[in-house]
Amino acid sequence: MPSETDALLAIFGMAAVTYLTRIGGLWLARRMVPSERLSTVLGYIPGAVIVSIVAPNVLARSPSEAIAAGVTVLVSRLSGSLPLAMVAGVATVWLGRHFGAF
Amino acid sequence: MAGEVRFDLAGVRAGVVASLPIALSVFAYGCVFGLLARQAGMRFTDATLMSSFVYAGSAQFVALGLWISPLPIGALVLTTLVINLRHLLMGAAMRPWFGALPPLVAYGAMFFLVDESWALAMREFVRGERNAGLFVGTGIPIFLGWVSATIVGFTVGTAIRDPAEFGLDFAFTAVFIALLVGLWRGRRDIIPWVTAALAAVAAEHYVPGKWYILIGAIAGTLVGALITPRDRKVSGDAE
Repeated sequence: MPSETDALLAIFGMAAVTYLTRIGGLWLARRMVPSERLSTVLGYIPGAVIVSIVAPNVLARSPSEAIAAGVTVLVSRLSGSLPLAMVAGVATVWLGRHFGAF
Repeated sequence: MAGEVRFDLAGVRAGVVASLPIALSVFAYGCVFGLLARQAGMRFTDATLMSSFVYAGSAQFVALGLWISPLPIGALVLTTLVINLRHLLMGAAMRPWFGALPPLVAYGAMFFLVDESWALAMREFVRGERNAGLFVGTGIPIFLGWVSATIVGFTVGTAIRDPAEFGLDFAFTAVFIALLVGLWRGRRDIIPWVTAALAAVAAEHYVPGKWYILIGAIAGTLVGALITPRDRKVSGDAE
């Protein structure tokens, strides 16, 4: 087991750089007046980040994940409920894995 | 910019309520973190401190792989920095809501900048919400869920030995897919989103670690920049 001093150093080092990344983007953005064009471009960030988080888990696993992703989108659109969409997605993956249905 | 930005308790309260379901899913994989932290030989206090102060899921999971003796402190800090570079893009995107607030409030609120809170708040902001307190509100249950799950997972986590067996590993992905549905703005998002997806899948395959998130995000945003017209009439939809 690593020494307690090392562990604390690592944890607080990790915490410090993480907090710097958290405030860094806003700090930069507050310092310059973005053009309309830049604002439009920044508007693409949320979708691009979240698509990138999920894409490998949806497109590069088994068919179960891809189908479950489709079910999640469908349930989310129809119900507008996030928990319901989540449960539907998890249930679909579970069904796919256990019964080899797809 | 539409409407004036506010920051008050009503917004915080709305954020707390809106994030409760997400906090549940965070709790589920927080338990997994606690369990794995114990297996990796981390002390209970260290795991709890890490979840409380670092508070960044993917960086913490990766850190478990480096939790050896003697501890490679430099590698841990550098890896954490790289994994969390995406926060820079995310924080910049919050400027319309936090750009004009007092620095103490704005930078204090950024402690809660995690994927889940941010995605939920951005969805609400895109829908017209102008109360920046909502973002902090979403952070509270998610933070408490993450830290308490670490404690629970470390203590009694054996119940969820294999989350994949119940499809629980997909809960995380499903939450983000549902949030994406709310972020969809129409046809102009197609090309950037497809680009981000392809770049992320390729990067995940060829680049070790979690770089694929940043690579996909930058690729999608750059393509968004390319399809944004250069003239001044950019306020409307590019359809």
